[in-house]
Amino acid sequence: MSTSTANLPPSIEIIDRPLDTQMTISMGPQHPSTHGVLRVELVLDGEMVVKATPDIGYLHTGMEKLFEYKKYQQGIVITDRMDYLNPLGNNLAYVMAAEKLLQLEIPERAQTIRVLFCELQRIASHLVWLGTHALDIGAMTVFFYCFREREKILNLIEAASGGRLTPSYFRIGGLMMDLPAGFEARVKQFLDHFPSALNDFAKLLTGNRIFQKRTQNVGRISGEDAIDWGLSGPCLRGSGVQLDVRRANPYSGYQNYDFEIPIETDGDVWARYLVRMAEMKESQKIVTQALSRLRPGPVKADAPKVVLPDREAMKRHMDALIHHFLIVAEGFEVPAGEVYHPIEASKGELGVYMKSNGTPKPDRVHFRGPSFVNLSALPDLAKGAMIADVVAVIGSLDIVLGEIDR
Amino acid sequence: MGDDKSSDNEQGSQLQTNTMAENGSTPSQVVTALQRTHPEWITEIREALSEVTAIVPREHIVSVCTELKSNAGFNFLADLCGADRGLEEEPRFEVNYHLFSTTHYQRLRLKVLVGEDDAHVPTVTTVWRTANWHERETYDLVGIIFDGHPDLRRILLPDDWQGHALRKDFPLRGYEPYSLK
Repeated sequence: MSTSTANLPPSIEIIDRPLDTQMTISMGPQHPSTHGVLRVELVLDGEMVVKATPDIGYLHTGMEKLFEYKKYQQGIVITDRMDYLNPLGNNLAYVMAAEKLLQLEIPERAQTIRVLFCELQRIASHLVWLGTHALDIGAMTVFFYCFREREKILNLIEAASGGRLTPSYFRIGGLMMDLPAGFEARVKQFLDHFPSALNDFAKLLTGNRIFQKRTQNVGRISGEDAIDWGLSGPCLRGSGVQLDVRRANPYSGYQNYDFEIPIETDGDVWARYLVRMAEMKESQKIVTQALSRLRPGPVKADAPKVVLPDREAMKRHMDALIHHFLIVAEGFEVPAGEVYHPIEASKGELGVYMKSNGTPKPDRVHFRGPSFVNLSALPDLAKGAMIADVVAVIGSLDIVLGEIDR
Repeated sequence: MGDDKSSDNEQGSQLQTNTMAENGSTPSQVVTALQRTHPEWITEIREALSEVTAIVPREHIVSVCTELKSNAGFNFLADLCGADRGLEEEPRFEVNYHLFSTTHYQRLRLKVLVGEDDAHVPTVTTVWRTANWHERETYDLVGIIFDGHPDLRRILLPDDWQGHALRKDFPLRGYEPYSLK
């Protein structure tokens, strides 16, 4: 304290140094850049974050409880509503856990279509992330372009499954039904246009000085800390750890596809941006390969007691009709046991822990959502950052509250 | 995949010290070796559906996790979840720890069984920080108390909620948390 202010009354002193006091404010639950209903309790020293405490649960609908009261096949529609930007990924994790318990063999064509859709969905999910993340930071144009491209993917998903956001296309034992006529040509049309669109997005942001300043050196986390916090997906790969469940524990034939796992070493918001942008290119490569591998064949496993029969077969064969009735009315029994099945969802490792007690309803289903775990690292990432950087950090974690709260 | 990747992954693998898993041991060999050196740490090893489960008494869970993390490469806690095994079961609850090795890509499940009247498990937040929210969720929904947890509050349900929603005796519907009685 300088001598000139020493004889002033104490109240003046406080006004003189307003930054000495800490202020607690609530960011959310209706804040637009919290991507849903997330509340972050921020303790601020001026504009600097001293402590950030996420408060979740606003979207909790007891999905894990609901699974225990639904038959296995009824659970699929619940999964659509968890990570609603990546519903096909959720479907896949769930049905594969059940298939592992049932020890079902999935036909080649169904596996290829699953890969194709999962990668399309990954692009769609990353496009929403890119649009909203840029919007949070102040670049509005990207948002509209991203949603235009995403719309094309949603149209493809709709063409195959009838649903845009809630497809439930993957079923235990295969797919709901085969692809519609002319589908391959529509995917090709999308693939022809997508690289130039992606290039446009990169042009709008990657060389943009404002975007760089807002993201570089913000929300840094080292690879060691990222593993300690359980981060996965692009958040982990942005910190220099080359880990992807598609490579580590391949499923659905991912070991047969040729693709790179992009990594960045800086561990900041900018690195996570670069990783996701590169991932979209890789996903596009996988879609192209999957498309070229599509051969005619069955899309449902040969397990009449588990997989619903085709409509035509039901009209002609008595046993198909009986199986259909039994599956719908009573469900199918799954052998007792427990599995943990991880997949690489668009946001990271999505694991399903499923426990069966031998009845048509699961004993316990637990979803290890990547958003849930990634968000738990927010206090560490936001500490010492500016309040505006918290928005950038939340955007770079790419969270979906539907999955966090379940 | 293993060899050319490990050179790219130099930065990542420097983080871990691998001794046991270095010689290509499978998860079941790792836990069997651990059981041999510390018979009291692991009471049972189950292998089913190509997954390995080790039953660990709760007083040893922190030691087992620390040992597996530092000496067997299981440095990533993928998931932690609780389950109610049923009202008649004894012990009634279980806590599952899904461990993953980021260098050897192996997975392992540890299971701790606890009874209803003493549903306490030591926290593993000292081993992995990611356990924090997983344990809060397990406490919130299953009602298992993690001793030593730095911030054991409810996470998904409101603070004044009564009961634990994922217990089998908790009703699916018809529950009135704010009724005036």
